[in-house]
Amino acid sequence: MLDYQRMLNKTVTEMKPSGIRKFFDMLSGMKDVVALTVGQPDFITPWHIREAAIESIEKGKTYYTSNAGTPELRLEISKYMKRKFNLSYNPQEEIFVTVGGSEAIDVAMRAILEPGDEVILPQPAFVCYEPIANMQGAKVVHINTRLENKFKVTAEEIKNAITDKTKMLILPFPNNPTGAILTREELTEIAEVLRGTNICVLSDEIYAELTYGRKHVSIAEIDGMWERTIIASGFAKAYAMTGWRMGYVCAPAPLLKEMLKIHQYAIMCASTASQFAAVEAMRNGDEDVEYMRAEYNRRRVFLLDGLRKIGIDCFEPEGAFYLYPNIGKFGLSSEEFAERLLYEHKCAIVPGTAFGESGEGFARISYAYSLKHLSQALERIEAFVKKLKSEK
Amino acid sequence: MDKLLKLIEEDATLTTEQLALMLSMEADEVKSTIDRYESEGVILGRKTIIDWDKTDSETINAIIEVKVTPQRDRGFDRIAEKIYNYPEVKSLYLMSSGGFDFTLLIEGKTMREVALFVTQKLAPIESVTATATHFVLRKYKDKGVIYGANETDERGNE
Repeated sequence: MLDYQRMLNKTVTEMKPSGIRKFFDMLSGMKDVVALTVGQPDFITPWHIREAAIESIEKGKTYYTSNAGTPELRLEISKYMKRKFNLSYNPQEEIFVTVGGSEAIDVAMRAILEPGDEVILPQPAFVCYEPIANMQGAKVVHINTRLENKFKVTAEEIKNAITDKTKMLILPFPNNPTGAILTREELTEIAEVLRGTNICVLSDEIYAELTYGRKHVSIAEIDGMWERTIIASGFAKAYAMTGWRMGYVCAPAPLLKEMLKIHQYAIMCASTASQFAAVEAMRNGDEDVEYMRAEYNRRRVFLLDGLRKIGIDCFEPEGAFYLYPNIGKFGLSSEEFAERLLYEHKCAIVPGTAFGESGEGFARISYAYSLKHLSQALERIEAFVKKLKSEK
Repeated sequence: MDKLLKLIEEDATLTTEQLALMLSMEADEVKSTIDRYESEGVILGRKTIIDWDKTDSETINAIIEVKVTPQRDRGFDRIAEKIYNYPEVKSLYLMSSGGFDFTLLIEGKTMREVALFVTQKLAPIESVTATATHFVLRKYKDKGVIYGANETDERGNE
């Protein structure tokens, strides 16, 4: 008999499966559930973008592209970063195309982190950063963002978390699951703390197009920060292109060159058809983004108002497509709340604890659904809240 | 106010309160704006889109092209009025085409009923000189709505 445990890498076997996954497994097989769990757009990729991929296949463009992605796409990404966020990246040396934003995060962390390094990570956050850091033997130092601060990480908190081992600061804003964003002023304060250190910033800007009320600002735009920042982003959330697995990484050439080696050996290149679609998205997709953002915004105000009316406290998120209500006052743990809501009222939300311990007392509710679907969900949540109040 | 019209054009069931939220307006203001649009004839009505093929009810749709001789003084309007007053006529458009003048959309219970309408009501109208009837075999999309679209949520939970 083979001993698989002995065969496997211990860091991997000790890696906890994603907390979101566990909840989704409970969900599967249940009927008539109104789910608010999905972390991806409900829009279909706009037709003109799909068509560009189809055309590329019809024309037989089925080869590998260069490791970094097609020159056309890198040029479009460069123009896009300038147009939307006032950031300058040279398409030849400072941008490459990845398999989704996920790969961008992975190559960035692998290129920077070594055993013993510390990574500062604001929590709650998407689930991928810590396992990747651990694979590198790096230690994650959490900063629990707080409701009082609208779930923003502060310059002061970062300052206190920095040690001589700190190699990287991760800035996952606009944030999944909280919907928090960082403003130019807040980023300027954070920049002040980082200036003079040798700390790298990994800025996960996958939700950059989905902010409401004010435009996203990248830390790379703040004086002295471009030089130390790696931007991981992608097409998934902005253009409703999750299944295409199209991401990109932007960074100063000395960093990018090294990251590209990992990408080259691990991935070779991102999907060619997807790259053709991505070119079309960035050339002619601004209106699609506008349209979808306006739709999400309507749902955001609708759901936020609905939750508040039935007595659930929730801060007003300014980005992404999630609400992060405070459910602590009902006397249940986040998991209990989510489980009972699911089993007793067939409505699924994700317990905040799936995004780190600091998520206790909160839940993530996605509004990447139709208004009709959201109304249905609200009715079920209301019935559950009424029941909880009567139990008290 | 374009935004308000776009929203209710898309979904007539949105309540005044919901619209107010989405547009950052007061509910009273939304209501008075809608009232005004109604009285000005900007908002003409509200209907429901139904896929009759999924019901027991039999319906057939046809597109009819009509060539007419315009009347002195009143042009096409008088003839249009004669045609659109038939309840079977769901839509009527004056076209810029050289071959014919009107296109009308008609709904009936059977092909025979549509044929009877054309031969007994439409064709005999004095100014009508020719008609061409095209029966609709299947509706794929109407008023921006795709018929029989797959509504199951196949998105993976990532």
